[in-house]
Amino acid sequence: MESLALRAGGWLLLAFLAVAAVATAADSGFAIHMAIFAMAALAALWVTISRADYGAIGRGILRAPDPGRYDDDVIRWGVVATVFWGIAGFAAGLFIALELAFPLLNFDPYLNFGRVRPLHTSAVIFAFGGNALIATSFYVVQRTCRARLAFPNLARFVFWGYQLFIVLAASGYLLGVTQSREYAEPEWYVDLWLTIVWVAYAAVFIGTIVKRKEPHIYVANWFYLAFILTIAMLHIVNNLAIPVALTGSHSYSAFAGVQDALTQWWYGHNAVGFFLTAGFLAMMYYFVPKQAERPVYSYRLSILHFWSLIFLYIWAGPHHLHYTALPDWAQTLGMVFSIMLWMPSWGGMINGLMTLNGAWDKIRTDPIIRMMVMALAFYGMATFEGPMLSIKAVNSLSHYTDWTIGHVHAGALGWNGMITFAAIYYLVPRLWARQRLYSLRMVNWHFWLATLGIVLYAAAMWVSGITQGLMWREYGADGYLVYSFSETVAAMLPYYVIRSAGGLLYLAGAIVMVVNVWRTILGHLREERPMTEAAYDPAADRPIISTAVLAKEG
Amino acid sequence: MSNIITRHKKLERNVTLLAVFAFVAVAIGGIVEIAPLFWIDNTVEKVEGMRPYTPLEQAGRNIYVREGCYTCHSQMIRPFRDEVERYGHYSLAAESMYDHPFQWGSKRTGPDLARVGNRYSDEWHVQHLTDPRSVVPESVMPPYAFLANTDLNTGDMAAHLKALRRVGVPYSATDIAKANADLVLQADADADPGDLVARYPKAQVRDFDGDPARLTEMDALVAYLQMLGTLVDTQSTAGQEVRSPGAAR
Amino acid sequence: MADNKHVDEATGTETVGHEWDGIEELDTPMPRWWLWTFAATIVFAIGYVILYPALPGIAGATEGTLGWTSRGQLASEMAAEQDRRAPVIAALARIPIERLPEDGTLMRAAVEGGRSIFKVACVQCHGAGAAGGEGYPNLNDDDWLWGGDLKAIEYTLIHGIRQPGHDETRMSQMPAFGRDGILDPRAIADVTSYIRLVSGQEPASAAARRGKNVFATNCAVCHGNDAKGNRTFGAPNLTDPIWLYGGSRQAIARTVTNSRYGVMPAWGEKLDPVTIKMLAAYVHSLGGGEDFVAVARDPEIQVDERP
Repeated sequence: MESLALRAGGWLLLAFLAVAAVATAADSGFAIHMAIFAMAALAALWVTISRADYGAIGRGILRAPDPGRYDDDVIRWGVVATVFWGIAGFAAGLFIALELAFPLLNFDPYLNFGRVRPLHTSAVIFAFGGNALIATSFYVVQRTCRARLAFPNLARFVFWGYQLFIVLAASGYLLGVTQSREYAEPEWYVDLWLTIVWVAYAAVFIGTIVKRKEPHIYVANWFYLAFILTIAMLHIVNNLAIPVALTGSHSYSAFAGVQDALTQWWYGHNAVGFFLTAGFLAMMYYFVPKQAERPVYSYRLSILHFWSLIFLYIWAGPHHLHYTALPDWAQTLGMVFSIMLWMPSWGGMINGLMTLNGAWDKIRTDPIIRMMVMALAFYGMATFEGPMLSIKAVNSLSHYTDWTIGHVHAGALGWNGMITFAAIYYLVPRLWARQRLYSLRMVNWHFWLATLGIVLYAAAMWVSGITQGLMWREYGADGYLVYSFSETVAAMLPYYVIRSAGGLLYLAGAIVMVVNVWRTILGHLREERPMTEAAYDPAADRPIISTAVLAKEG
Repeated sequence: MSNIITRHKKLERNVTLLAVFAFVAVAIGGIVEIAPLFWIDNTVEKVEGMRPYTPLEQAGRNIYVREGCYTCHSQMIRPFRDEVERYGHYSLAAESMYDHPFQWGSKRTGPDLARVGNRYSDEWHVQHLTDPRSVVPESVMPPYAFLANTDLNTGDMAAHLKALRRVGVPYSATDIAKANADLVLQADADADPGDLVARYPKAQVRDFDGDPARLTEMDALVAYLQMLGTLVDTQSTAGQEVRSPGAAR
Repeated sequence: MADNKHVDEATGTETVGHEWDGIEELDTPMPRWWLWTFAATIVFAIGYVILYPALPGIAGATEGTLGWTSRGQLASEMAAEQDRRAPVIAALARIPIERLPEDGTLMRAAVEGGRSIFKVACVQCHGAGAAGGEGYPNLNDDDWLWGGDLKAIEYTLIHGIRQPGHDETRMSQMPAFGRDGILDPRAIADVTSYIRLVSGQEPASAAARRGKNVFATNCAVCHGNDAKGNRTFGAPNLTDPIWLYGGSRQAIARTVTNSRYGVMPAWGEKLDPVTIKMLAAYVHSLGGGEDFVAVARDPEIQVDERP
């Protein structure tokens, strides 16, 4: 009872402080944010007070039908949040893609491209990807440690605190509250809030590992751990800033010019490296072997590729600043470390794909496995393309063009998206204790819509990026530039339309997923023909065995 | 190899050890690459002419940041023949030494703006920002007509300059004391700018948005755009001269 | 913990012996090709670091054995290009612009170079096809505000139009007849009718007759008694169908009321003389270029008094 009063009092105090901040705010953006903060604190207060009834209220969708061995409430919320923010982020992406093709869609000031673009990137990376990472990490760490979550209340705070961070970030962009640091746009107070949430997240995750019943820590948890620690480091250093006033949203970065640029791209590149690569590799290391029901291909490979990946990745940031005013030496380091990163990245792909050794036939029969394979294929492609784009000669053409955008989306839509969808399809029936997914055929539809969408997207951006780069540097016979900048803009229109079409397909696939997930949660089962008519043929389902083994067997 | 694996099993059984090793592994790269930028002298060239932004320019810069202009415009001319001929002399690190935060950008949906200052008339900028396609039919830029109707916040520039001084921008006490007044003066063609131009050499003093009656966000943004790349005389920067006939200087 | 080691049946590989939530790991050796490629990238990296600037120290960074810098590379590229262009540039620098048309090869080279500069520096206002837009003159037609021969175009480019602080800039300022209270709305309506009459857009009317007087007292000094304009002041010809700010009643009345005029940068400050020459040649070649005429020969043409 006392702790209840204490907690309720804490939320109330927070709400009061936020309301006071609204009253004294120096700008409207800060006032709106503090109002959101106040509302969130009041909501938390209400939840705290009405806790007694909460069990009865929540025994519907978000509650476990059976408490189970593990603490899965937060994970269920996380899965729903992942799906929700995924749709929001994809829709925002489609919207800005259409804005570039049809600029009349810019409604100033709130829906101008410059404000919605950070909303899109943050929504897909941090809201969709972040929720997927938090939810799956809580799921995986409990099961591979055979332990319930440490600090269950803190875990709930992590979830809701993270959602508040997302709402503050997203509304801030539309209101023009931004630091203009790509993928780190939220202002100082939102950064502070995320720091608190992130420390709580680390505490829950590491705490669960500490209380594990397994002697060894599973490889997926190495990756989750590296992801959590590194993101904390990157987030804190890159967001060092001095606020203009404690009651205003604006702040100025602690660094300037060239130092600021490298700090930001050290952060920006490793947001990709540790959020979108290490974190998602952790997901892969659990869900692929589980869904394939096969052992992980190579333990030794996982050790070497883990350490080499995290050590090398952090150096690659300067390749975002090739040929800028960043000193040449730093650019060189950025390039060579990006190239050395190629094989460590592929180690994850090999370990993922070869885990299917002995279950290859499932690619044909199981659309979830197919999604995982496609995710790994795109991962491999993107992690080859990355080192290639980091070569200075290639970068001189590709930088500032849509090629970079295409590269990012091959990775984000193909790798992060697909592996997350696969994980969601794996998780939903298990988390809600359903017999199976509502429909496997809809998973198949989702797979093809998404794949086609990515192909259209990436192809359009490759062509437009290379076209753009070549037009900028096109010289006529007399040695003079051929194109004006506006002519290069005009040339992009068809590709921007194709890209939007690709985005639409991808969004359509995600909407199919929403229906499927929702019906599964409700416990519906779709009557449908099985995915394949062909009978399983064990003889055709043979692993790839090295010749050495065959020779030994004689 | 098997020796390493045996040793690795120690890490696998101790989360503290694993965390410490992982943290050390990820910390090294950043330290080696970023820290020397602060102590190696020639990272930021010694050039003549760099000065902190005037309050009006800084206010315009904040609008540039707020509207996410960096999502489509770079401010970083690379040392390539086509870029130098298209945009002017390649950007020097010194030219962004007072940029908190930097605005080098990562994408050129629109052209580079590092040296856009004084290239076009104020009228052109106002018309282009109000309705981009009325002057450049091929443009896909969003309209920013609302800037001309939004009064510039004139009350807190002193606080902004103070914060900037805390992160290392050399504003003088006078600059900070006069910040709010400077903000208004620079956009007023008729007023006496006093020592504004002495404290901020090459500052352009005039009404920027074509509406002398009001001080709007359009004034600030155009003032910022019109000074971009105008401070350093790249021609006289020793040892860095790259000139080409048929190229914009 | 070599406790649960066993051989995986499907692959014939031994497991490591641990199990997490049903997941086991195989003890497959690392693929050789993977290791070798990784090693190759490391060797490449070491070589590259030796050849190029790479390792930071206290006072600076290693410079690399090749002595390469990105700025040095640009400098040598630019120097090579400069050498290649040098003969043409020298010839262009020598020839007076009015004699450029006599040398076909040189003229063609100038036009090509000018086209490129135009696309970099001029299209933002005059448009990709130089067709202009409202407030920005079309350079394809033969209607010139300040003169359309090579020399006049070059002069306009060098000194710009209405550039404050430039003594030689093309300068004139139309009064805001309405805003400054010089003419009342009725007079403005009348003079609008007159302008519409002389430009063939409206039939004669009483208003136009009254407007003629207004025009003679207020406008003719710049636009001429015949309203055909005067290039000394950049005053446009009002009898042709080309309108910079619109030729409708409303547009003309607005222009008379508020005054409209454009500006252009003094490109002489930003571009070198040869580049300006090339740009002038290109603009001249667009279709409306006029022949150069010496002043004294024809007093009717005032354009070359100040080219």
